[in-house]
Amino acid sequence: MKVERLHRKNNLGLAGWIRGGRYGLERYAYTLHRITGLGILLYFLLHIFATSSRIWGPEFWEKTMDLFEKPVFKFGEYLVFVAFAYHALNGIRLFITELGFGMGKPQRPVIPYKNAVRRQRPLLIVAMIIAFVLIVFGGLDFYLLGN
Amino acid sequence: MNENNSTKNTTTVIFEILRYNPETGEKPKMQEYNVQVYKGMTVLDGLNWIKENLDPSLVWRSSCRMGVCGSCGMFINGYPRLACNNQILKISNKKLQIKPLPNFDIIRDLVPDLEGFFQKHKSVKPYLIRKDIQEQNLPTGEYFQSPDELTNYIQFAYCIKCGLCLSACPTVATDERFTGPQALAQAWRYNSDSRDEGSDERIKAVHDEIGASRCHFAGACSDVCPKGVDPSFAIQLLKQDFFLKTLKLRKDEKETHVIPTAKKYVPNPKIPEAPKPTVKK
Amino acid sequence: MRESKLWVYHLIAGAVILVLLGIHMFIMHLDAILYSLGVGSQNPIDSGVVFARSKELFFMITYIILLGTALYHGLYGFKNILMELTLAQKSEKFISGFLTLCGVLLFAYGTFAAVFVFMK
Ligand code: HEM
Ligand code: SF4
Ligand code: FES
Repeated sequence: MKVERLHRKNNLGLAGWIRGGRYGLERYAYTLHRITGLGILLYFLLHIFATSSRIWGPEFWEKTMDLFEKPVFKFGEYLVFVAFAYHALNGIRLFITELGFGMGKPQRPVIPYKNAVRRQRPLLIVAMIIAFVLIVFGGLDFYLLGN
Repeated sequence: MNENNSTKNTTTVIFEILRYNPETGEKPKMQEYNVQVYKGMTVLDGLNWIKENLDPSLVWRSSCRMGVCGSCGMFINGYPRLACNNQILKISNKKLQIKPLPNFDIIRDLVPDLEGFFQKHKSVKPYLIRKDIQEQNLPTGEYFQSPDELTNYIQFAYCIKCGLCLSACPTVATDERFTGPQALAQAWRYNSDSRDEGSDERIKAVHDEIGASRCHFAGACSDVCPKGVDPSFAIQLLKQDFFLKTLKLRKDEKETHVIPTAKKYVPNPKIPEAPKPTVKK
Repeated sequence: MRESKLWVYHLIAGAVILVLLGIHMFIMHLDAILYSLGVGSQNPIDSGVVFARSKELFFMITYIILLGTALYHGLYGFKNILMELTLAQKSEKFISGFLTLCGVLLFAYGTFAAVFVFMK
């Protein structure tokens, strides 16, 4: 039997990707991983063109690199570094957890329920701490040491 | 019921409820009700009270009022929950905002359309599949399963098909074809059952474009599940299984054989026989 | 079946990038720290240093591998995101084809650049 649908659509759409709402940390990690992944991809595509400019010889290369010496670009590059540090560290966590490791075994459901997401949370926190350290060191390198 | 409650300590909680009527086709709007709430009262009790005393036109779905049937899933204060499984005062003592579960079409007021969701559940063939059809249809005995093998999947078998996990899932928010956490968890429940041989038949729903690779482990489904099913864990185990088998690091499961029927059963001589029944049939 | 396989390669590509790009990032961005520890060069994007590095076989090969895996990982990830938007089947086919083509062309261009400078 075909029912005529007067139902109202109620999908969250893109807001469902972006708004972590009241869910756990991993839900926010997911959104950030996606944004940083796309950001790095954009940078990477430009990067291929920029670095391939070396086929026109050292002078052209220097010119291209001078262009990127502007503070805006420098800050942009640092943002990419930050995105990369996050994506890489969170990526390691996802590599482990999405392959089902580091979360123990299925258990009999006894109240209060525990779940694998909670069991892997220390991993997320450690990854974020390392990412933070990398971001700080990267910042030192970008702005203080390397001139 | 009313008089009974008025003698207890009550708090006024505002219920802000989404109303939608498909017959008028008007945009959904929020309507407020004041409810006298006593300690221990569930959200479902509150809705029943509104329907009895304030507004008989309010519609929602519920049945068991004890977290078993899975029909009363709602979006309560921004979080998918079972109305019958949550006490009002544990959520808020001022205001409750109740909307139908997101990511499902709204049929009316708080009633979500679960049709497509059940179709997805069916698409993973959620039942034991044996290669030996003859044996499956006309069994000659039972399949052996150890307690450890039971623990491997029993948690995933607790699913009550309430759909909370799909409302929490970011992929389901945009992807209507995604098999979804509930159905994928059921696929793993049967794939990991030592008696099952049907993982090949589930492969389309589980490992195609609509399957496990759409999951990015945002983990919200496991957080909201009211039965401790942990669907995101099941999905990662599906991926692990696929990964290990693709890299030839895991062999296919060994078969479980039928254990001989009772007729052929030889009693262990060390165990004394049961005493004769004293009551005549 | 096929999709989950591609996804497994996506993860493996991620792991390969992690190692190679890890090296890359340390050389390029933690250069001052490395230099103060006595390894690496003072200015890693100075043209002389860059061109000297381009002439080393090790760097040429790792660059090409990095290029390939990163293109696959990034573009497949992007495709994965677009496929979650419930687009029409036609658009999905077009996107897959277009992104594959982009990947192949960019890989060819980058490889050409790396080999060209290496040989020169
Ligand atoms: C440090 C090395 C890297 C690691 C360990 C890594 C790891 C991962 C992992 C595990 C995923 C899958 C996440 C999921 O299933 O949702 C992923 C997704 C993605 N990665 Fe990477 N990645 C790395 C570098 C890169 C680079 C260099 C790019 C850009 C060229 C990139 C772009 C993406 C994109 C666009 C996605 C898809 C995001 C999504 O589906 O939400 N990644 N990465
Ligand atoms: S897995 Fe949990 S949240 Fe999802 S439908 Fe089953 S019981 Fe409900
Ligand atoms: S009424 Fe049955 S689960 Fe709530």
